[in-house]
Amino acid sequence: MTSRPVPDARMAGLGLRRSTLVPNLYDAVALVLVVAVLALVAHAAGAMRAPLSQLDIAPVTLDPWLLPDYAARTTLRMFAAMAASLVFTFVVATLAAKSRKAELLIVPALDILQSVPVLGFLTFTVIFFLNLFPASQLGAECAAIFAIFTAQAWNMAFSFYQSLRTLPQDLEEVSRHFRLSPWLRFWRLEAPYATPGLVWNAMMSMSGSWFFVVASEAISVGDTKIALPGIGAWLSLAIERRDIGAVGMAVAAIGVVILLYDQLVFRPIVAWADKFRAETTAAQERPRSWLYDLVRRTRLVKRLFEPVAAVATSVGRLPMPRVAWQAVALPPGVGRALDLAWYGLVAAAVAAAAWTTARFVSTTLGWADVAGAVGLGALTLMRVLVLIAVASLVWVPIGVWIGLRPAVSQRVQPVAQFLAAFPANVLFPFAVVAIVRLGLDPDVWLSPLMVLGTQWYILFNVIAGASAFPTDLREASSLFRLRPAQWWRKVILPGIFPYYVTGALTASGGSWNASIVAEVASWGDTRLQASGLGSYIANATDAGDYQRVVLGVAVMSLYVVIFNQVLWRPLYRFAERRLRMT
Amino acid sequence: MSANALDRDVVTVRDVRHFYHKGGSSDLLVLDHVDLTLHDNEIVSLLGRSGSGKSTLLRIIAGLMPASEGRVAIRERLVSGPAPDVAMVFQSFALFPWLTVLDNVEIGLEAQGVPAPERRRRALAAIDLIGLDGFESAYPKELSGGMRQRVGLARALVVHPAVLLMDEPFSALDVLTAETLRTDLLDLWCEGRMPIRAMLLVTHNIEEAVLMSDRILVFSSNPGRVIAEIKVTLPQPRNRLDPAFRQIVDDIYARMTARAVGNAPKEGGFPGTGIGMILPHVSTNLLAGLMETLSGPPYDGRADLPALASALQMEVDELFPIAETLQLLRFAEVEGGDIHLTDAARRFATGGVDERKRLFAQNLMAYVPAVSHIRRILDDRPSHKAPRARFQDELEDFMSPEFADRTLHAVISWARYGEVFAYDEGAGVFSLENPS
Repeated sequence: MTSRPVPDARMAGLGLRRSTLVPNLYDAVALVLVVAVLALVAHAAGAMRAPLSQLDIAPVTLDPWLLPDYAARTTLRMFAAMAASLVFTFVVATLAAKSRKAELLIVPALDILQSVPVLGFLTFTVIFFLNLFPASQLGAECAAIFAIFTAQAWNMAFSFYQSLRTLPQDLEEVSRHFRLSPWLRFWRLEAPYATPGLVWNAMMSMSGSWFFVVASEAISVGDTKIALPGIGAWLSLAIERRDIGAVGMAVAAIGVVILLYDQLVFRPIVAWADKFRAETTAAQERPRSWLYDLVRRTRLVKRLFEPVAAVATSVGRLPMPRVAWQAVALPPGVGRALDLAWYGLVAAAVAAAAWTTARFVSTTLGWADVAGAVGLGALTLMRVLVLIAVASLVWVPIGVWIGLRPAVSQRVQPVAQFLAAFPANVLFPFAVVAIVRLGLDPDVWLSPLMVLGTQWYILFNVIAGASAFPTDLREASSLFRLRPAQWWRKVILPGIFPYYVTGALTASGGSWNASIVAEVASWGDTRLQASGLGSYIANATDAGDYQRVVLGVAVMSLYVVIFNQVLWRPLYRFAERRLRMT
Repeated sequence: MSANALDRDVVTVRDVRHFYHKGGSSDLLVLDHVDLTLHDNEIVSLLGRSGSGKSTLLRIIAGLMPASEGRVAIRERLVSGPAPDVAMVFQSFALFPWLTVLDNVEIGLEAQGVPAPERRRRALAAIDLIGLDGFESAYPKELSGGMRQRVGLARALVVHPAVLLMDEPFSALDVLTAETLRTDLLDLWCEGRMPIRAMLLVTHNIEEAVLMSDRILVFSSNPGRVIAEIKVTLPQPRNRLDPAFRQIVDDIYARMTARAVGNAPKEGGFPGTGIGMILPHVSTNLLAGLMETLSGPPYDGRADLPALASALQMEVDELFPIAETLQLLRFAEVEGGDIHLTDAARRFATGGVDERKRLFAQNLMAYVPAVSHIRRILDDRPSHKAPRARFQDELEDFMSPEFADRTLHAVISWARYGEVFAYDEGAGVFSLENPS
């Protein structure tokens, strides 16, 4: 077959043609965008390395002209954290998927980290980073970026790991059959297959990390108080000064930033990542992005980026050592002994960590404190349960109504996603002002703040469920003229249940995390507090009382893990087994 | 093909056995003492039903999995991992959805480290050969099934393998598309335009095997064993309506339905005995449907299986389990490529709903040991309830968890139809209570 001549025209078509270097209109737009982004990044990155004393000379002020600069620096921090999360994901999740021994350790750790309040741990990392780069803003910047990273990394790593574990068997076989090196296999099979899930989780992470931005830019641990220029620091200053106008401006700025990175970053990526979806049938509705279309229509910019693309594709072809499957065939006895030794080692390490923690906590605290923390945890648990129930009662009917009307849901879905991305804690000051003015009981009225940001997950999952509900079942139920109560109970609620569980699970996890910032809220020197585990941890962090922080976080982690195991997992399994349509 | 290359064996498989490990207890035998030689310039088919281990054998030859025992060599080199001189075509096409047709075809060369211009030249040549011109930059999801499998073929041919392995390559395609692809492939082969020395085809389609191969190896199921070797000397292109062709097809049907020596008569031909019998999940609608069809004209209770298969447009893999389940239930006898109904089946076919259920339950209790076993336990227990896990464990003493699952699934659906016992899926509990 090699003897057959290859038509010349086709080869020429793949070569470089002169006309492709002439810029078109799309090039102009794309170039302006590229230059603007580069300039912004360079500016914000340069400011990061300024000495720490610079903050005393030019502290954060509420000057509206500085707000765009602050917004840019906050955004850069978030993307730096996102880059770190991606690296973490590729390394750790790949390790977990490839090595059974690493998996044993990493998977439970990720599972716990993605559902417990990492916000509480930040106290320790701040001190670490400040000591790493003394007298430079870089230390504080790293601490802030790390804080944001802890809000982003876990679910991304978990999603990547799950993708690697569920590779389609035939593609996996093809890769082995054509002897792809592990490196090439990663770039041609594993990374592409995991991309859609990873992109979706990265978007969720980005939304979730706004919470941490506010907390991480105004660092206050015991006596150390640093305010890094950014929207978060602006916001806490505005709250301190009771400047409701400035709070409003911060809210607007965050809205603009979310809109910008959604349009300029995530939408193009989602549109691009659509080709990695493993299903082989063409989807009816493809995600679109004006920017992605624009870049694809450019001539010069595409040419300019061709070397970059070439480098990116050749990364997969770098020669890497390969291991044959029979090279490491240990006798089964030895393998089992090694496994046991590893299990023992892990168990010992976990026990040692638990012991160290217990000893540290017991230096100042006793069983009474533990009981107190558990009691406060019960209060927070009650809040979470009641709030999820209330949010469900409100949003399930609305979500069903919207989901069954495609025209409405197409418009509402992006709005709901935007609201979910919006950091609810920037709205807290408004709530505090209202509670103070009306003289309400903070124990009750601070609670809704916990679901303010997370209720949207229930809404858009229910919308998704209702719009996926099969038309024939709807038609059948309307032919039988079911009574409304019957229709809800027998038709639509079972139909959307799997989606609802997913949404409620996410919402409840987020609410636990939010309790740390939601149970304590302040406005100037007015400080409102609801008693619960969240305010316990927040107060201990403010006071620099590390023992209480550790105790509080440990108790909350325990609550979350047990809550997940006892309530959500069984519901999830039930939904998967009995109520899945397909 | 140069003359001195002739008469050299391309693939040799010697005394291969393969076990499915169930962890601890007795292993399940999938392949038993299989010998196979693939000569130069030859197309050989491995024909058998699902569960005959033929796909497993293909994967062992491809080096995708090691055989438990025995020796596999390709051109006198022992196989100890994915071998460079074989290439495989997959039933599911197995194309990377995120790569274009061209990139998909290039993937094997890329793995070999072939430089880019050379890679492109060879990939375009293969695309040209296989009739994919114009589709180079398309993504698999834009293509029809037939075009996708052409990409799979081009991807396999481009690495210039000595042997082309094909795992039911046409079974995911519609009849017309499959026929076109077969013809194109045979044309390329007969004209010597493919850079390969031999082809090994796994199929459960008897006509496909007779149409394409020089030699057919018929496999028995559970465990997989070569029970017959048939040489097909008809000249290409072959005609399905040729009496000689029909004769070979009928002959293979007869061999595939012949009772294995040593099997107790009328046991349905399923592997295992007593409650350890591995049962296929065949819907009671299919059982009833086949009995009705056979009892009516033109069959009048007796039919030739190949003729029946083509009249019902069913493949061996679909028809045989139904026929054999009827045989197990003593509703039919299968022998020498023929099926004929028993008296019970005739009564079933003419009976009303209640009569049918009564007959079905009666034969179910009498001839399916797993059903009578579960019923007996439920009768004995004061609560008349028993957890599924109990029987699952019991079955897993005889078979793999997968087969145990399938067998229980079959037992449950038959028993529900015959109202022998009830099963609550949510709780996983068998009981005698039927909601009244």
